[in-house]
Amino acid sequence: MIRLAVALLALALAACSPRALEPRFIAEGLPEDLADWGMLGVRDGRLVLAGGAQPYELNTPLFTDYAGKLRTVWMPEGQGATWSDSGPFDFPVGTVITKTFFYVRGADGPVAPGDSLGLAETGEGLDLEKVRLIETRLLVRRADGWVALPYVWSDDQRTATLKRTGQPVPLTLARGGRRDRFTYQVPNVNQCVGCHGTNHATKALQPIGLQARHLDRDVTVAGAGFNQLARLEAIGYLRGLPEQRPAPAADWLDEALPVDARARAWLDINCAHCHSPTGPADTSGLYLTREAGGPQLGLCKPPIAAGQGTGGFRYGIHPGRPEESILVYRTASLDPGAMMPELGRALAQDEAVALLRRWVAAMPGGCG
Amino acid sequence: MGQGMRRIFSGLTAATALVLGACGGGGTAARPDTTYQETLIQQLIDAKPGDVISVPAGVYAIDRGLSLDVDGVTIRGAGMDKTILTFKGQTAGAEGLLVNASNFTIEDLALEDAKGDALKVNEAENVIIRRVRAEWTGGPKTSNGAYGLYPVQVKNLLIEDSVAIGASDAGIYVGQSQNVVVRRNRAEFNVAGIEIENTQNADVYDNLATNNTGGILVFNMPNLKVAGFGTRIFRNRAVGNNTANFGRKGTAVASVPAGTGVIINSNDKVEIFDNEIGGNNTANVIVSSFFSAGYKAGEGTSATFDPFPESIFIHDNRFSPGGGKPDGVELQALRVALFGLSGALPDVLWDGYVDRAKFVDGKPDPALAVCVDNGAAQVLNADMPNKAKAPKVVELRCALPRLPAADVDFAGPIPAESKIPAPGKS
Repeated sequence: MIRLAVALLALALAACSPRALEPRFIAEGLPEDLADWGMLGVRDGRLVLAGGAQPYELNTPLFTDYAGKLRTVWMPEGQGATWSDSGPFDFPVGTVITKTFFYVRGADGPVAPGDSLGLAETGEGLDLEKVRLIETRLLVRRADGWVALPYVWSDDQRTATLKRTGQPVPLTLARGGRRDRFTYQVPNVNQCVGCHGTNHATKALQPIGLQARHLDRDVTVAGAGFNQLARLEAIGYLRGLPEQRPAPAADWLDEALPVDARARAWLDINCAHCHSPTGPADTSGLYLTREAGGPQLGLCKPPIAAGQGTGGFRYGIHPGRPEESILVYRTASLDPGAMMPELGRALAQDEAVALLRRWVAAMPGGCG
Repeated sequence: MGQGMRRIFSGLTAATALVLGACGGGGTAARPDTTYQETLIQQLIDAKPGDVISVPAGVYAIDRGLSLDVDGVTIRGAGMDKTILTFKGQTAGAEGLLVNASNFTIEDLALEDAKGDALKVNEAENVIIRRVRAEWTGGPKTSNGAYGLYPVQVKNLLIEDSVAIGASDAGIYVGQSQNVVVRRNRAEFNVAGIEIENTQNADVYDNLATNNTGGILVFNMPNLKVAGFGTRIFRNRAVGNNTANFGRKGTAVASVPAGTGVIINSNDKVEIFDNEIGGNNTANVIVSSFFSAGYKAGEGTSATFDPFPESIFIHDNRFSPGGGKPDGVELQALRVALFGLSGALPDVLWDGYVDRAKFVDGKPDPALAVCVDNGAAQVLNADMPNKAKAPKVVELRCALPRLPAADVDFAGPIPAESKIPAPGKS
């Protein structure tokens, strides 16, 4: 009798216990449950990472309404990506990249920014007493290209379910004494190409952050410090790491660095996936890549098809006059018809707008 | 373009402009269906090449931008006054519908009150926009979205039997495209009715452009990969485009004077013929350079940009009176000084810029000329290169080779009979 009870109890526990965290590549279909991938899961009130799901962060990240982001990359046994000096590394079929968006829980409802938490705080997982998970996006390298799959976390934070049509998530964000009510928008999968279709002629999805200059960074996880590129090489995820590497992108928050480098790094990761000679925003003639200069960078450049986005101003960047520069206006705007980036934010990143103002204010010369 | 052109070509706008409320078709009196958008988004995501997404008759509220990424899809409604997507409550997305796909057809529906552009098709081949209405229902307002129907970087494009109303930039805007037919559309109460920009080989015919600030525009803008040339504007009605300019300052169209029938700016090889153009209070036709928009050579523009309108051929149009009440104190003063209190500016207004670098033996190259061979129609050279010191009526009678038809095979031949839409009820 006791034996039967134990057996039943074991069965019950098995039924309740989450699936093993074993990363796997699913070559076809649309798995409904994030757990199917085995990359990360909830254990004892924590979001934990599977072995092999290597966490990483970027020198300067894309802004998403002050959400924190926990990123991982995983590759099948024996597989590794091939180095590239510029552009994303060439990843093998089977690669799974995850990005989990979260906020810090506030005391009485509102959430607080999550993006102040770096890899040092998040690299071993997230304490769900302290953070609220919103969504986990997957980029999966299948045989015929990258596929994007957004999973939305349940209110009880136990499961994340595929939501290809996207989802609005109403939130109140408390920061610096102010409270902003806004709608966080989980994108629908057709919108993924808006950022990840960096070559708009092929419209193929590509990773953005997994590039040499964004990843070349010293980080600390679990008390151990390492360089991210060296770590990726050491675990077999990166091949061909050269002696001489391109200069890393600036950390836009590093006040020891020149304002120009910080502003350009911010524009690179936030804008250049569209505003490049091959991106969907090449229609504007405005390129915000790290190489761009002159009118292409917006200096004294009249806008193309900006509509409301001009804010009444004549030039993309009016050197010395941030208050008359379209670029500053659009990064600060909350109007869907004017704001930039067009996707991925309902709030403005005030600190970045301030940095761009300083950057433009310090530019010599003027227009006309 | 900015103050420059408005300073000379403009100034005070006619406050009497027609601020008639909305116009055209779709009153959204019925309470919109808020549940359908989830279905539609799912269909757009799951679409496969060859699919037809049918949107039944009804009024549907959409609160975020829609997008389609799959080639070979048709979106079909039950009629531009029956199937209405209303974006009045849109909180996210720079477009109503963004299409990043080729071999795309959209027909028989309306997109109303988008926050940004109503329909944008970005970088595609073989696109048909047919019997689609893009409208801002509150009438012309600066806060309206920029573009109604906005294909950009499209190769092989047909826009026909469509309607664009209330855009704060251009109702129908074809940008950076190749092989284009725009026919039998109605553009009303936009800043620019129909705009062809940095586009190669376009035929614009049998359209009605009325009650816009400017009826039909052919522009080249700097800093883009391709320059436009080869646009034919024919068999259109560009009449009574006198709505006060409500474009957002800083946009190219904000410098277009109210009362412009057809305007060529910095574009080349443009042929304007067999149109009915009249009742446009500044000028029935304007030919101008980027300089007249207040920009300087070399500053903020790529070195390869050619700001001069060249090889422009205006002939055999039916002009009816215009130019009697030009937009701006300077043009008004010019009108009175040259033509008397009750006089009117001539049918064609030319800013007078020519590219001296391209002179042959010290003389303008006739192949690059602005030719106006249009019966009794006169041309005013505004003498802008000399700060408008000596404006005068000039003779530009000459001829240029006729341009070839745009090559869009799925548009079929140009119908022998011209069927121009009637104005909407206002």
